Amino acid sequence: MATNKYPTPMLDQLEEGPWPSFITGIKRLRDEHPDQRINDVTASLLGQLEHSYETRKGYWKGGTVSVYGYGGGIIPRFSEVGAAFPESKEFHTLRVQPPAGNHYSTGMLRQLADSWEKWGSGLVTFHGQTGNIMFIGTTTENTQHFFDEINDYGWDLGGAGPCVRTAMSCVGAARCEMSCTNEQKAHRLLVNNFTDDVHRPALPYKFKFKVSGCPNDCQNAVERADFAVIGTWRDDMKVDQEAVKGYLDTKGRQYIIDNVITRCPTNAISLNDDDTIAVNNKDCVRCMHCLNVMPKALKVGDDKGVTILIGGKRTLKIGDLMGTVVVPFKKLETEEDWESIVELAEEIIDFWAENALEHERCGEMIERVGLVNFLEGIEVEVDPNMVSHPRECSYVRMDGWDEEAVKWFDRQAEAS
Amino acid sequence: MAKEMREPIETGCPDPFQYMHPMMRRNFGMWDYHEHPRPGVLLHVAKNGDKMWTIKAGTQRILDVFTLRKLCQIADDYSDGFIRFTIRSNPEFFVTEESRVQPLIEKLEGEGFWVGGTQNSVTTLSHTQGWLHCDIPGTDASGVVKSMMDELIDEFREANMPNRVHITTSCCQINCGGQGDIAINVQHTKPPKINHDLVANVCERPSVVARCPVAAIRPAMVNGKPSLEVDEKKCICCGACFPPCPPMQINDAEHTKLSIWVGGNHSNARGKPTFQKLVASGIPNNPPRWPEATAIVKRILKAYKEGAKDWERINEWVERIGWPRFFEEVELPFTKYHIDNWRGARKSLNSSTYIRF
Repeated sequence: MATNKYPTPMLDQLEEGPWPSFITGIKRLRDEHPDQRINDVTASLLGQLEHSYETRKGYWKGGTVSVYGYGGGIIPRFSEVGAAFPESKEFHTLRVQPPAGNHYSTGMLRQLADSWEKWGSGLVTFHGQTGNIMFIGTTTENTQHFFDEINDYGWDLGGAGPCVRTAMSCVGAARCEMSCTNEQKAHRLLVNNFTDDVHRPALPYKFKFKVSGCPNDCQNAVERADFAVIGTWRDDMKVDQEAVKGYLDTKGRQYIIDNVITRCPTNAISLNDDDTIAVNNKDCVRCMHCLNVMPKALKVGDDKGVTILIGGKRTLKIGDLMGTVVVPFKKLETEEDWESIVELAEEIIDFWAENALEHERCGEMIERVGLVNFLEGIEVEVDPNMVSHPRECSYVRMDGWDEEAVKWFDRQAEAS
Repeated sequence: MAKEMREPIETGCPDPFQYMHPMMRRNFGMWDYHEHPRPGVLLHVAKNGDKMWTIKAGTQRILDVFTLRKLCQIADDYSDGFIRFTIRSNPEFFVTEESRVQPLIEKLEGEGFWVGGTQNSVTTLSHTQGWLHCDIPGTDASGVVKSMMDELIDEFREANMPNRVHITTSCCQINCGGQGDIAINVQHTKPPKINHDLVANVCERPSVVARCPVAAIRPAMVNGKPSLEVDEKKCICCGACFPPCPPMQINDAEHTKLSIWVGGNHSNARGKPTFQKLVASGIPNNPPRWPEATAIVKRILKAYKEGAKDWERINEWVERIGWPRFFEEVELPFTKYHIDNWRGARKSLNSSTYIRF
C-alpha cells in the first residue's frame, strides 16, 4: 500500500534557506527509504508535526515503557492524535549513553544506523541536552528489540525519570592543552558506579554528573549538574616568556595590555618594562582568560586536580541554581583519590535520597536545609572557599563558636 | 506464557578510547597549545610536535540515517573515519595533514554542512525536542533553530563577533536548553485550563499541589468530582503543574509567548559564571519561521558586535555599558516585568548611586 503523505505546507517552508533542514531529512526517510514501515511512520510524524505547527500545540503524552530488567531509559511517547496519524501513534525515544567525550568511529555509527533503521524511525540526535544519543521514534515492542541488539555490541541505556542521569564530559585530555584531569575517567567512574540508579529510577528526582577539564567549563557543569567536577591547578601557571614576546610582536603592546593585563579579574598579571610578564599566582583565581588569549605562552600548572560544586540545576521549581563549591581542590591521581571521589558522590546521593522532598533537586534541598546542615550530613568540613563572602546578617545562634574555632585551628595544624 | 526475556548487560557509559582518533589516543594529556587557522578550524599541537586539525560543521541535529551515513562517508573519504560531536551537536572531523583541510571543508560545504562555530562566532543554537517529541512543549525547537540559523549563517561561518555567542532555545519554562548569551524561551501568560473530568483519573493530586512553586493549587470538588483548582491571582503561569497533570493544559495557541534573555555564561573567564536576564517578552510564537524572535536576536547581536570590546561576552558588555543603554541600543521597552520579585530579588536591585548619564 502506498504511503499516505499528509500535506505539510508549513513544514515545507522549513526546507528553504541555507542551513540543513531536518524536514528535508525526514521527508527523505518518507520518500526514499526502502522500508515501507519507515516511509509510513515518518509520513505520519510529519502529519502530526504539521498539525502542531497549525494549532501551536504539542500532541505527545508520556506513559510507562521500559525494557526487560530496567525501569527507565526510555522516553515513552503516545500520540493524542493517533487516530488521525496512526502510523506514529507509538513513537518512543531510547536514551543511549554515549562514550565519554562523544567520540565515534564511522564503523560504529554505521552499525548503530543499521540497527536503528531495522527497529526504529531512522531519526537520531547526537546528543540530547542531558547528553544521551537520542534514538527518536519506535514502538513499545521494537524498543526491546533495538535495545537487545545494540546492548549486545556494547551500548547501554541512559537515565530517564527520577534517577542518576547520563553524564557528560568535555573532550578534555584527548585534545585540549587546558585539561587538568582525566575527564573521561572521572565521567565513567562516577556514572558507572551508579548503573543501578541509572536504570531503576528510585531517587527523589534527577541527579546529573558533568565533568569539565578546566574552569572554561565547556560542559556547563556549574550551571546544570548536581555534581560538577571542574579541573583546576594549585601551583603556579607556566609562563613561556619567549612566547609572550611572540604575542607582543604580532598583536602589539596595547592589545596585550587591553586584552590580557587589564582583563584579569584579580589584577594578578602585569607587563614588565622588558616585555616579560609577571603573575601573582597567590591572587590568581584560575579564571582561564589569559590562557585563552595566549595559549602558547601561558599554561596550566603541574599540580592539577578538580574543584567539585554541588547543586546546579535549571528552573523548576525554585529558579535556576548554580552549583556551590563543596570541595575546593581535590587531587585525582592515586587509586585512593579516585575511590574517594566516588565515595563522596555516594555520600551525597545517599543524604539527598534520605532528606529530599519528592521532586526536589539536590541544590533545592541544600537551599532548604542550608549548606551547613548539608555539609554535616555528608561529613565535609566548612571552608571559606565555599562562600563569596561570610554572612551579613547577625540573626544566628552562635553559642558553639569556641568549639568551632578550635576545630578550624586543629584542621590548620593537621594540614601544615 | 511469555517467551524468555534477554537479561540486559549493564555496561553503562562506554570506554571512548576504542572510538577515538589515534592521534588523540597517542597524545592523551600531552597537548601543548592550539591555534585558530580560520573560522571552523582548530589546530592542536602536541608536545611531541604532532598536529591535528579539527573541522567543525553544522547539521540539522535531528539526523535521518541517510544524513548520518553521509557524514560517515565524508569522514571515511576525507578524514580518518572518526567523528566527535560537540555539546551543541556540531560534528567534528579530524585530519593530521594541513593539505587535507581545504578539501574536507569544500566537501562538507558542498554537501550543505557549513563549516564554522569556533572561536568568536555564533555557534549552533542548542535546542530541545519541542513539538517533534516532547510531551509538554509550548513551541517547536528544531524549526526555531533552523529558521534562526538560516539568518545567522554568516555569523556562524565568520568568527567576527567580540567573543563567542551561545544561543539556546527552550520549549517550556523549565528551560532544558540551559543558559545562553542569548536564550529564546517559552513564556506562558495565562493560568492552565483545567479539564476537570480527567484530573481525578490522570493526576496524582498531592504531587501536583506540591509541584506548584507558589502554592496556588489546591484540591477541590468540581461538578461532583475530585479535581484541582488554581488560585489565578497567585498563579505565575509557569506550567510546572502540566507535566504531572496533563489535564491542566498550559499551552495556548495565542497566550503562549516567547521571551528573550541575555547574559548567561557558564565560563569562569574574567568573571564568575552568570545567569541570563530577561530582556524581551510578549513575542508571538509564530511558526513556521518565528520572524519576530529572530529580528530581536539580530538586533541584540548587531548592538553587541558594534559595542563590545574584544573578548567581552554579552553579559560583560552589558555590565560595562549599563542596562539603560542596553535597552536603548536594542530598542526594547523596559517594563515592570524586568524587576525581579522572586526569592533573592533584592540582590538584583541597584543599591548605589552608580548611574550612567
